[in-house]
Amino acid sequence: MDDTYRENILDHYRHPRNYGSIENPDIAQEEDNPLCGDRIQMNIRLNDGVVKEVRFKGEGCAISLASASILTEMIHGKSLEELKALGKDEILKALGITLSPTRLKCGLLSLKVFQAGAYDLEGWPGEEDEEEW
Amino acid sequence: MNELATLTKEVKEPVSERLDVEAVRKEFPILKREVHGKPLVYLDSAATSQKPLEVIETLNHFYRTTNANIHRGIYLISEEATALYEGARKKVARFLGARSWREVIFTRSATEAINLVAYAWGRENVKAGDVILLTEMEHHSNLIPWQLLAKEKEARLEFIRFDNEGHLQLEDLDTYLKEKVKIVALTQMSNVLGTINPVKEITKRAHDAGAVVLVDGAQSVPHMRVNVQEIGCDFLAFSGHKMCGPSGIGGLYGRKEILEKMNPFLGGGEMILEVTLRDARWNELPYKFEAGTQSIADGIGLGKAVDFLNRIGLDAICEHERELVEYAMNRLNEVEGVKIYGPHDEERGSALAITLEGVHPHDLASLLDAEGIAVRAGHHCTMPLHQKLEVPATTRASFYLYNTKEEVDKLVEGLRKSKELFGI
Repeated sequence: MDDTYRENILDHYRHPRNYGSIENPDIAQEEDNPLCGDRIQMNIRLNDGVVKEVRFKGEGCAISLASASILTEMIHGKSLEELKALGKDEILKALGITLSPTRLKCGLLSLKVFQAGAYDLEGWPGEEDEEEW
Repeated sequence: MNELATLTKEVKEPVSERLDVEAVRKEFPILKREVHGKPLVYLDSAATSQKPLEVIETLNHFYRTTNANIHRGIYLISEEATALYEGARKKVARFLGARSWREVIFTRSATEAINLVAYAWGRENVKAGDVILLTEMEHHSNLIPWQLLAKEKEARLEFIRFDNEGHLQLEDLDTYLKEKVKIVALTQMSNVLGTINPVKEITKRAHDAGAVVLVDGAQSVPHMRVNVQEIGCDFLAFSGHKMCGPSGIGGLYGRKEILEKMNPFLGGGEMILEVTLRDARWNELPYKFEAGTQSIADGIGLGKAVDFLNRIGLDAICEHERELVEYAMNRLNEVEGVKIYGPHDEERGSALAITLEGVHPHDLASLLDAEGIAVRAGHHCTMPLHQKLEVPATTRASFYLYNTKEEVDKLVEGLRKSKELFGI
């Protein structure tokens, strides 16, 4: 079967880490991928500008939910500045799989949510634009 | 290199400065054909160009190996088809000098591209009493969409006249620009007169007066270097099948800023981000304007046509045609009773409309057909232009990179034979 669904991805999909929500979070953000209907919400509690607690909830395919789950583990204990600096290459590396162009949006939805949240939408540069050429 | 990579590979530089017409002809299978027992002399490229083998093979190869719907398929051949189609868009965007591939919208034709602007931009921006400024030499495709808009909005249509040599009278431009001109829409190259209009200069003046500019590049893009950033226009419509590409594909270049503000043209699949029963959010550029399944194979074929033109080189093609038209005008002038319309100077395109005294254009076209020569007779979708010339029809020969001086000689010979037959 496809390498995309290696054990790590399926494990995060079946047993998502940090699943749920936080009461009165410092950051709450939700984004969707309307083309396939995926939707991810995340809550963060901060302590001195560092991620103390993180929870996510959502619906979607294995790739998008596993990616969100992996991302929560990655950002725990990180500062907002570090979170802002996360790039798509780091997520893809953490996922450990190669995604085809159509599935890339699934894999990167959680990054979009977390970054938009980190910037509190103000001054968010937006998603990394694809190359114009 | 695998086949997909071969198809995606882009050609940017011409192979040589001068065009080797005999070598070029070998790339067009149809030119080996005979009609009525004579070799085909194809002089109707302003209507549609012939197709080089690599474009034909691209269509064939796509349908044999990669056919799938694009953009949404989560399977390999769909992703390959998407990569080919979007690769073609990038080739076209670079060919036209656009800043981004997002500025190129694929349509069925140049006609559809102009209708897109008249509908999606026009309906939002043109109000009662506004002026839509065109020229007297427009093809119906750059006239009727504006007539429809003007009637709906009670806007005024005005026209820049052309003189006896087929040159635009630019004083008309300045006169009208003092009024509420919202858009100037004009052809870069006349499909009848062969006039090349100074679109860069006109765009500058129109922009200074606050008007938007649409250039109809259906005739110019196949034959000369066209760079939308250099012209500075807001829109440019082009046709695929006139530039060695398949029929059923054309496009619109639009400045990103203006396209982003526009509402969609056609509604349907792919042009949306999110839909509820009563509302919808639009997709990003250029997909906002590409509703429904696109002409996928033809788009990919057009990308291959761009490769072909880049390989031969637009400058070499332009120079070849210039020599050919000059030769044709000299030879045609030898035939008594021939009248050539449009500019008689060097700066002209390769469409050559003529009349032959005593022989109706339709008869002339039939007689030439019997000699294997394909020309067009009629009003060439420019009835107002012919009304101004005070002729019901003309016969038009139009040249492209594969035409030769020998073919011009055959045309002249055909005219002489026609005269003899009619006893003139």
